[in-house]
Amino acid sequence: MAKTVVKMKINGADVEALVEARTLLVHFLREQQNLTGTHIGCETSHCGACTVDMNGMSVKSCTVFAVQADGADIATIEGMANADGTLSVLQESFRQMHGLQCGYCTPGMIMRAHRLLKENPDPTEAEIRMGISGNLCRCTGYQNIVKAIQLAAAKLTGRTYVEAAE
Amino acid sequence: MIPANFDYHRPRTAPEAIALLGQFGDDARVLAGGHSLIPMMKLRLAQPTHLIDIAGIADFKGLRAEANAVVIGATTTQSELLASKELTTAVPILREAALMIADPQVRYRGTIGGNVANGDPGNDMPAVMMALDASYRVLGSKGARKIKARDFYQGAFLTALQGGEILTAIEIPMLPAKHGYAYEKLKRKVGDYATAAAAVIMTVVSGKVQTCAIALTNLAPMPIYAAQASAMVVGTNLDHATITKAAGAAGSLMAPAADARGTIQFRASVGGVMLGRALKRAFDRATG
Repeated sequence: MAKTVVKMKINGADVEALVEARTLLVHFLREQQNLTGTHIGCETSHCGACTVDMNGMSVKSCTVFAVQADGADIATIEGMANADGTLSVLQESFRQMHGLQCGYCTPGMIMRAHRLLKENPDPTEAEIRMGISGNLCRCTGYQNIVKAIQLAAAKLTGRTYVEAAE
Repeated sequence: MIPANFDYHRPRTAPEAIALLGQFGDDARVLAGGHSLIPMMKLRLAQPTHLIDIAGIADFKGLRAEANAVVIGATTTQSELLASKELTTAVPILREAALMIADPQVRYRGTIGGNVANGDPGNDMPAVMMALDASYRVLGSKGARKIKARDFYQGAFLTALQGGEILTAIEIPMLPAKHGYAYEKLKRKVGDYATAAAAVIMTVVSGKVQTCAIALTNLAPMPIYAAQASAMVVGTNLDHATITKAAGAAGSLMAPAADARGTIQFRASVGGVMLGRALKRAFDRATG
């Protein structure tokens, strides 16, 4: 069971490392790359806390082997802030709309919302809810997460965000 | 949860993959999207010592129209399938069913070949393929062969696939442009396996059902093609009595497990309800 060399791009930086074939991408990111922003929740591909972006797709990094990500372009929550360290529009929207309480699901939520808005810059509420259906939050009841994504969509497409009446 | 260790192989061509499978035999498993196999490996319910990743094999990818069939490469992901206008226009039931599978992240990775080849009675696409009368193209050391979806499933995780064979593509016979279809699935939450589900493909001429194919998900150790129930619907205008009769005939084939999704009686009863709804919706679409 020889170790394998993997090469990938993580948040724009080239990375080369030796891994066991069984090393899961989430463990590789957290333990070998010290990128602990990506969380481990259920470890059974249900909760979405470990969601990262891989080649332009949201994936649950607890259900991908690092060897499968060889050659991939990976983005994690550590790569989301602006170059000057300020929060991205999406992150700022989560702050502004109170889209988190304990924060455990937040890295996964933001990585998923990031990809959702790339694919569908102006989603309906139903599309947002379906879009984040693979990410569980046990605090917010999702209401403020949906609003945060709506706010980010409005800002990114240059519209004014009008909060729906409760 | 960390899987037992294994050697990882990433063949570039189909013959290479077949040779590796032949070399390692039962110690090897084929890896596609990995969203059934990796969870099983993490639970150590599966401990292959060799994984053969077929994601890099170009021959197993892609969608194409052939003379009388639509051909879907085995490693096409659910998300690629949903993104193909041509495919979801030609075979719209695929879109309806794929949207009910798991969640967006899983659909980016999960492949249609894995979904049908794994033999998990909870997977949705096998019943859809039975209703569509699809065939699976299979490759082994002795060459290629074709197996009908309706003959493929033998029990839970038990299929007609022989040791050393890989499912390479799915072939769906061309449907009439005007046909009815429906996949009705009851699940406890988004992303869940079916408590019970039914797939129907139907054609209707002058208000009478001309052809009908019914298949069921998660109501027995394997997906069920309900031939007798399908035949009962043909020639009728799908009145209430016909639906009840067909649900009764299909019900005699149901043997669901009692689990967190419900008792045997509840799941079989829901199976009849899903079948009735799928028949009605398919009829409406065929006549609408």
